[in-house]
Amino acid sequence: MEVGQMQRRLADYTKSLFMEGILDAQFLQLQQLQDESNPDFVVEVSSLFFEDSEKLLNDIARALDQQSVDFKRVDAHVHQLKGSSASVGAQRVKNACVAFRNFCEEQNVEGCVRCLQQVKQEYCLVKNKLETLFRLEQQIVAAGGSVVPMTELGF
Amino acid sequence: MGMAAEAQFHVLAVDDSLIDRTLIERLLKTSSYHVTAVDSGTKALEFLGFHDDEQNETESHSVSPNDHRQDSGGKASQFLGFHEDEQNEAETPSVSPNNHPQEIDVNLIITDYCMPGMTGYDLLRKIKESKSLKDIPVVIMSSDNIPSRISRCLEEGAEEFFLKPVQLSDVNKLKPHLLKGRANESQPNINSRKAMDERHSLERTRTNYDGLEVV
Repeated sequence: MEVGQMQRRLADYTKSLFMEGILDAQFLQLQQLQDESNPDFVVEVSSLFFEDSEKLLNDIARALDQQSVDFKRVDAHVHQLKGSSASVGAQRVKNACVAFRNFCEEQNVEGCVRCLQQVKQEYCLVKNKLETLFRLEQQIVAAGGSVVPMTELGF
Repeated sequence: MGMAAEAQFHVLAVDDSLIDRTLIERLLKTSSYHVTAVDSGTKALEFLGFHDDEQNETESHSVSPNDHRQDSGGKASQFLGFHEDEQNEAETPSVSPNNHPQEIDVNLIITDYCMPGMTGYDLLRKIKESKSLKDIPVVIMSSDNIPSRISRCLEEGAEEFFLKPVQLSDVNKLKPHLLKGRANESQPNINSRKAMDERHSLERTRTNYDGLEVV
């Protein structure tokens, strides 16, 4: 596949992520902050997000597993996850966290457990999608092409 | 290379979230600011060379029921400059806490509101109560859009309140505050010798929590 085709495939793929609501405008903001002096900024921030999220999801699962659930603690973790997903543009994860916090407030264990599954699902989805996106970018760069920020593609 | 019209502005960013710290640092650097990023209010005060004795009022610890991330254990040790347990790796600048305050020239402080231990609001208050630091503009960031929280911060002297995630357009709003600060600089804003002299004449005050301030 030649570079032009790869770039079009990447553009279409990225566009689909926005159409499906998996990513929002904040992700574009991250891309805009990437330049020659910080060429890996988006990957760097995304990696931090993956690490942070996995730890938080484990902490939440453990907290919900207790005999007597500490909802304040669960809520604090979800609040943090909501914040970091918002910061990277992982819209569906963020929205799932918003719903989750409502069940924390209601101190509803079953509701929380369901929400945790939902958040995990959305997280796995965005992680897979971003990893694919980064792989496509790598292929373009390896083939001697350049990766252009979405905003410049007239998206 | 010609002489710059003004030296680079130095912004101190405070946020316990590594992701948000990375983001704010990038946003500020993109805007050509020199940045120091720390992960707690305690470390921010250390970096600023804050001296407890400079406060006139007794220290009151404000606790907000909305801040679930408050440490429940007595954190009086924080006020003495102890490092609290942090889950994130600290990005402390390589500056010793004993540095003379005059060498740290911070033009603006931008801080997250929700942080364990010392909240951004607590930090704001300590700065505004400090003779040497009160003129440094402070900006608060928060992921929660709570009107009472916003007005409380603005009343306490915060210049701006940004909702997270912070955008480049928000960072662009910082310039006027920085320029105003520079225009007001008629004398060095931190003078450790003066602080030393005043400390001798201050009455020793006990740390006193005069009731928990619930908002």
